[in-house]
Amino acid sequence: MAKPKVAFYWCASCGGCEETVVDLNEDILKVADAVDIVLWPVALDFKRKDIEAMKDGEIAVSFINGAVRLGEQEEMVKLLRKKSGLVVAFGACAHLGGIPGLGNFYDRESIFNRVYKEVPTVDNPKGIFPQQKTKVKEGELTLPEFYDTVKTLDQTIDVDYYLPGCPPPPDLIMAAVQAILKGELPEKGAVLAPNKALCDTCPRAESKPDKLSITEVKRPWQIKMDPELCFLAQGIICMGPATRTGCGETCIRANQPCRGCFGPIDGVVDQGAKALSMVASILGLDGEQDMSEEEVKKLIDSIADPAGTVYRFGLAASLLRRKRME
Amino acid sequence: MRKITIDPITRLEGHGKIEIFLDDKGNCERATLQIPELRGFEKFSEGRAAEEMPRITTMICGVCPTAHHMASAKALDDLFKVEPTSAAKKIRELMYNAFTAEDHILHFVFLGGPDFIVGPSAPAAERNVLGVIGKVGLEVGGKVIEMRKRMRQVMRIIGGKPVMPSCALPGGVSRKIDEDERKTIIEAGEYGVEFCQVALQLFDDVVLKNKEYVDLVTGDVYAHKTYYMGLVDDNNKVNFYDGQIRVVDPAGKEFAKFKAQDYLDHIQEHVEPWTYVRFSFLKKVGWKGFVDGKESGVFRVAPLARLNASDGMATPLAQEAYEKMYEVLGGKPVHSTLAFHWARLVEALYAAERVRELAKDPEITSDDIVNLPTETPKEGVGVVEAPRGTLIHHYQTDDNGIITKANLIVATQNNSAAINMSVEKAAKALIQKGNVPEGILNMIEMAFRAYDPCHACATHSLPGRTPLEVSVYNADGEMIKKLVN
Repeated sequence: MAKPKVAFYWCASCGGCEETVVDLNEDILKVADAVDIVLWPVALDFKRKDIEAMKDGEIAVSFINGAVRLGEQEEMVKLLRKKSGLVVAFGACAHLGGIPGLGNFYDRESIFNRVYKEVPTVDNPKGIFPQQKTKVKEGELTLPEFYDTVKTLDQTIDVDYYLPGCPPPPDLIMAAVQAILKGELPEKGAVLAPNKALCDTCPRAESKPDKLSITEVKRPWQIKMDPELCFLAQGIICMGPATRTGCGETCIRANQPCRGCFGPIDGVVDQGAKALSMVASILGLDGEQDMSEEEVKKLIDSIADPAGTVYRFGLAASLLRRKRME
Repeated sequence: MRKITIDPITRLEGHGKIEIFLDDKGNCERATLQIPELRGFEKFSEGRAAEEMPRITTMICGVCPTAHHMASAKALDDLFKVEPTSAAKKIRELMYNAFTAEDHILHFVFLGGPDFIVGPSAPAAERNVLGVIGKVGLEVGGKVIEMRKRMRQVMRIIGGKPVMPSCALPGGVSRKIDEDERKTIIEAGEYGVEFCQVALQLFDDVVLKNKEYVDLVTGDVYAHKTYYMGLVDDNNKVNFYDGQIRVVDPAGKEFAKFKAQDYLDHIQEHVEPWTYVRFSFLKKVGWKGFVDGKESGVFRVAPLARLNASDGMATPLAQEAYEKMYEVLGGKPVHSTLAFHWARLVEALYAAERVRELAKDPEITSDDIVNLPTETPKEGVGVVEAPRGTLIHHYQTDDNGIITKANLIVATQNNSAAINMSVEKAAKALIQKGNVPEGILNMIEMAFRAYDPCHACATHSLPGRTPLEVSVYNADGEMIKKLVN
């Protein structure tokens, strides 16, 4: 029997999703043995035209990482969708928009202005910006279009499964590959990770009080963080209650609060909204009735960059998607 | 006029696109390396809580997240005016050297190695990491995987996960190292020191004993007489984590030495409309275009630049290797771009020695890992030497520590003018009278691969090749020839 054809592709991303594949170590050889990799721009020499020449659905599965920020990325993922039986959104950027999705707090113009004009090192008196087409003496040079808004993969094409995380941990990658090879896949649209909140598997779960109450919000630099106590019990905003587990709690084990890269559990449409309501429900819970409105407001205001915290990885996937520019 | 495009299948960060224009005689008139990707971190950092920057800027690059994590941590120290505890500095430097050793070795074996160990003119199908293992044997091949695994375990212990670490805080780190972990780290350091010596010996046996290779390294095709920049300690020895930025001129004479906080007096950037990357140059010399020499502000960073800009290495075995390199290549500074590969191995050995040394330090398991800031934050600059060169983070905040402005001078930006020049020089030397020999792809690739540019970070993965395609067009725009590596 012919080996199933598999494609890996990357959009607006950082290479971390490729590194995590290499972190499979010896297991990567097992994967390479079981499948026929037809596209992996990082590593193998196959071209867009090779994909174009394939029959529709000929690729068993395409793993696509990165958010969609450039015109060229959109074209390529549409092509892969057409040629693939299954598409897996690989990693936080494809799944939720990820860190590049924070760009949706701004737009193309403000980004270009900052990057090519305003930063203090730039010497650009003529205000030159990169252009899609540039005539030079010798000919024409082209660049792909830079979109105003970052999109998730499923805002661009139909997605069958999601492998969450920044980056997805090697054990979940192996489990997903094996499930695909054996044809033991869950329902379409599933996130290939446990459907539990991080708090449920957190090594500090036992120290989480039954009734959480934050009377003073602390930032990670304002206290010496206890390496064993629940972060919320220390007054530090942790995305654990609003985030899916499966990551191995790596950040918690480094004594840092969760920032939500795995996205929400099933049934939660907007991770940030969920996190905000969680925070609102525990802020000043003890003695709430005794607090003045001003005190409540002050407590809420003491959260640094609330939008950038609860939507750290999920702004592009949120109901708002982006900040409206004036 | 013909145009040649060397275009990887994707045009993203992690890739570059090379365009070569030929004149009427078929000689190369101009070559450019374009970087067709931008995400805009300098803008969307605005509004974020400063302490989150080490956990946001890591996502600039998944290959060198540790470099951004550390540059950001140091910018936070400066921003909050807080000195990290002595143990915290050592823990950071330990993690940082484990990362550098691993990254350098990965580059040598997976990316640069195929050119030298398998050979620049070997068939493309063999010029990859599997070819390297075929040539050096499975035993050495297995050691490479083991070295990577062990160093990444050190990064996991300290930072949580090797891709996207999360331990940095202003004034220190969030997690201490225990005694069991120390043992694992010492063993990793010892393994690393041994392996890097094997790698240097391999370089000696395979490259230095082969005249063809030595001629390439010492020849003119890959040489540029530029300024060099690197971080040095109080004794002007190479240091990846801390120190002052030193610049030497093309003759090797000290041109400037400054603290990271003064970088705006020394570094400026030029913008071109045909690429998303900015080009760094020395402000006091000025931008004179894509040319080398003392009158041009173009400078280079990364391994060879660091060695050129320093007076040596701070560990004994690396110092020996440093002296040998300059002795063989005829003294300082060395201008050959291909010597970056050799310098990278010298640095990997230093990094491994430093891991071992720091892991044995009694203070490394201390509980005293963070000093809490007490000052109101305002402005901070941090610098480290990323594997690919000097990396600077600069933040300004409001009184509440929310970022109002951010500037990032990323290592590959500093080399980007020189990389363009190297690509053009190789293309001019190798393409003549319209003759585009089959081997040109690899020879041009070699010009930029030596820098280990981050837009080729793709090639850090198996099996370590940048997929390139050269299309040759005639004057009517019809493709007349296509080469694939």
